[in-house]
Amino acid sequence: METHELIKALAADSRRTGVAMNTVWWGAVFVAIVVATTVFFALLGPRPDIASAAQTIRFLFKFVVTIALAASAFGLLRLLSRPETDPRGVLPYLAVAPALVLAGVAIELIVAPAETWSTRLVGTNSLQCLTFIPLIGIGPLALLLLALRHGAPSHPTLAGAIAGLAAGGIAATFYASHCTDDSPLFVVTWYTIAVGVLALLGALTGRHVARW
Amino acid sequence: MDGVDERSLARLFRAALAGDERAYGNFLHEAARLVRAWARRRAFGGPDPEDIVQETLLAIHVKRHTWRSDDPVTPWLYAIAKHKLVDALRRQGRHPRVEISEVEDRVAAEEVETVRDWEIGRALETLTPGQRSVVTAISVEGRTISEAARSLDMNETAVRVALHRGLAAIARRFGRD
Repeated sequence: METHELIKALAADSRRTGVAMNTVWWGAVFVAIVVATTVFFALLGPRPDIASAAQTIRFLFKFVVTIALAASAFGLLRLLSRPETDPRGVLPYLAVAPALVLAGVAIELIVAPAETWSTRLVGTNSLQCLTFIPLIGIGPLALLLLALRHGAPSHPTLAGAIAGLAAGGIAATFYASHCTDDSPLFVVTWYTIAVGVLALLGALTGRHVARW
Repeated sequence: MDGVDERSLARLFRAALAGDERAYGNFLHEAARLVRAWARRRAFGGPDPEDIVQETLLAIHVKRHTWRSDDPVTPWLYAIAKHKLVDALRRQGRHPRVEISEVEDRVAAEEVETVRDWEIGRALETLTPGQRSVVTAISVEGRTISEAARSLDMNETAVRVALHRGLAAIARRFGRD
């Protein structure tokens, strides 16, 4: 088939355009949150003392970090789903959540007595954190990867990893309302590992799923 | 690429996305010209530049919803071409099958403008018979949708569906092998 012949076929097929990326992204996020909500309430549910916990700054700060992660990774993911996006120009946005959590850690190290640091870091729920964040996040990750597949990422492995971070941000936001370990020292350690698992999973599957 | 070309190309593409078939054809011809010049400078001795052109056009077609109509079109276009060139080089690296003599033959063949069988022709072979006959009728035989419908004794909707699915299957074959 010659190129001008191919063009005839493509032009004749001009009516059926793919669904707009905006629609796909917001649809994926909506369903991802529904899935995460369902899994969260089926398996865990919020901690019983959530009303009083919500009065404490440490508890609330967890949400600042996890929502910042979800939002920045999602924004980046949308950019990376377009072929012309140069990752070097946009990756710095991802530093928002790490910068926040590190600032939280610095303040914690100042206000908390040194002898409590290790108990705060180890916490009581580390294993649960490592189990349930990936478990809540796996559905959202699958949905975000499907949306990514509809796009045209020039760097599918990287974009897959970012999808994992976004899914991890969503999952961690839910998990944070269950977990009683509120210290930034706990968050920076265990949340990071749990979200990292999803990012790794996203990178490994993204390169296959989002090929085009 | 100067600003005027970029603007008129973007205008063509916008018209195409709004459903103007003629504008789409013109846009694709322009895109082919740009990608051909681009690929000839980069793919020498590697994949055939015309294969890159055709795979890029297919990718443009199935991914055209990823272009935002207020963005410039050429960076988007060349990003797709680059992705397809890298893909073709990777494929070739995995199954090296081009000998020097073949390249020489090909250069000679191009000089006398012989009709060659491009990769896309091989992809066409893998379609279902129904899709293949529709794609061939409209591309190689140059029929319109309604002419193809009459000659293949199908209704126009079925022709459109077969064309759409056939092209998507060819694009998938290149993208996800």
